[in-house]
Amino acid sequence: MSVTLNALLKSPWVFHLSTGSCNNCDIEVLDCLTPRFDIERFGMLLAGSIKHADVLLVTGSCNRQSAERLKRLYDQVPKPCLVVAIGECSQSRGMFIHSYNCPKPLDAIIPVDVYIPGCPPKPEAIIAGVVNLIQKVKGAA
Amino acid sequence: MTYLMYIGYLVVFGVAVTAVIGLLASWIDRKVTARVQYRVGPPLLQPVIDLVKLLGKETLIPSGASRTMFLAAPLIGFASVIAVSTILWTNSLSGGRSFLGDLVVVVYLLAVPSMSIILGGFASGNPLASVGASREMKLVMAYELPFVLACLVPVILSGYTLKLGDIVGYQTQHGAIALSGGGALALIVCILCMQAKLALVPFDAPEAETEICGGVLIEYSGPVLALYRLMKTMLLFVLPFFIIIVFMGGLRLDGIHLVLFVLKYVGLVALITVIRNTNPRLRIDQAMRFFWGPMTVVAVIAVGLALMGW
Ligand code: SF4
Repeated sequence: MSVTLNALLKSPWVFHLSTGSCNNCDIEVLDCLTPRFDIERFGMLLAGSIKHADVLLVTGSCNRQSAERLKRLYDQVPKPCLVVAIGECSQSRGMFIHSYNCPKPLDAIIPVDVYIPGCPPKPEAIIAGVVNLIQKVKGAA
Repeated sequence: MTYLMYIGYLVVFGVAVTAVIGLLASWIDRKVTARVQYRVGPPLLQPVIDLVKLLGKETLIPSGASRTMFLAAPLIGFASVIAVSTILWTNSLSGGRSFLGDLVVVVYLLAVPSMSIILGGFASGNPLASVGASREMKLVMAYELPFVLACLVPVILSGYTLKLGDIVGYQTQHGAIALSGGGALALIVCILCMQAKLALVPFDAPEAETEICGGVLIEYSGPVLALYRLMKTMLLFVLPFFIIIVFMGGLRLDGIHLVLFVLKYVGLVALITVIRNTNPRLRIDQAMRFFWGPMTVVAVIAVGLALMGW
């Protein structure tokens, strides 16, 4: 595995994107930054700009408005980048599955690397999911 | 031969040693911040890992940006930081080698990193980056006046010399400048200006993540961003080093003085971290008022005291 990819796994800066969630998943993402969970231990930082991000944390059910912006943002992340789908909404569209406004699930719009189920997932589950993601990339390389 | 020596100083001290100490200091800063907030904090090598990672990422250039300026701006800032640190190191390690007016050169070069950030911000063509750049510009105008006034104090006290070497020499004989009345006031002003030069809280309006998403650096990615980050971490060493040289007796390599130098440096970094962790962000107009009001008054008083020889 290349040095830079190895470094990426040790310092993944996350960009947090809500595509129309009920805001509960977003609060759980923010929980991961609090003293109790402190993801800076793993070198993770919350990036303010999409151009600084390595990992895209997507929550919410991708409605017609945000799907377009999601695609545009995905194009703007400097590659290599990883995508994490957080919460039921971003995976199967959850309770919005029959909504006129949510035509497609997230992984039909952009490629997703890891899914973290739950409504909302606990911070522990989010951290475990990211650890799984790191393991997966390590195994693949 | 002297050429070779200067190149040696440039590569070994100007770049390598400065970068290593700066990275270490930025780790201390992040770790202390984490401990203040009851967190564990990042591992020791984290700043290095961040840089290595950025080297492996794509560099995206926004379509509305002016390409040459966008890529040249970080290089300009980086080069000036290297130049300053080389001058400071050469001065401290081989005393006789300072030239007339190097203090002026250093003060001038220390303004260039901010300029490079302004250039980069405007060149990227992003509205948020432009807001950040214009705030940075206001901040530069605000803190340069008290900073230059404060730097006059050691000049006056050490008998009107513009040579860093002579200022250090004066302090070796008569004790540190910070121990005199005017020197102490000027030191306080300088420390706060340093905080603004590093764009740290409470003066981080140009980069405010929560308002303008990282501001000036918003469009930078990959190796170019790494260059900016390296520039900032090196400034985290160069600025305290400069303050130690002009106010606190400089770097001497014999025995106890080396330990004292390390203590002074760690003390300054700790002070920066504490200020940054215990203050809210100032609005840009508040920051300007702060520097043009109280800070300039204090700096003028310091110069007055120095003129009277206190
Ligand atoms: S998965 Fe549940 S908690 Fe998360 S955004 Fe959807 S409805 Fe809200």
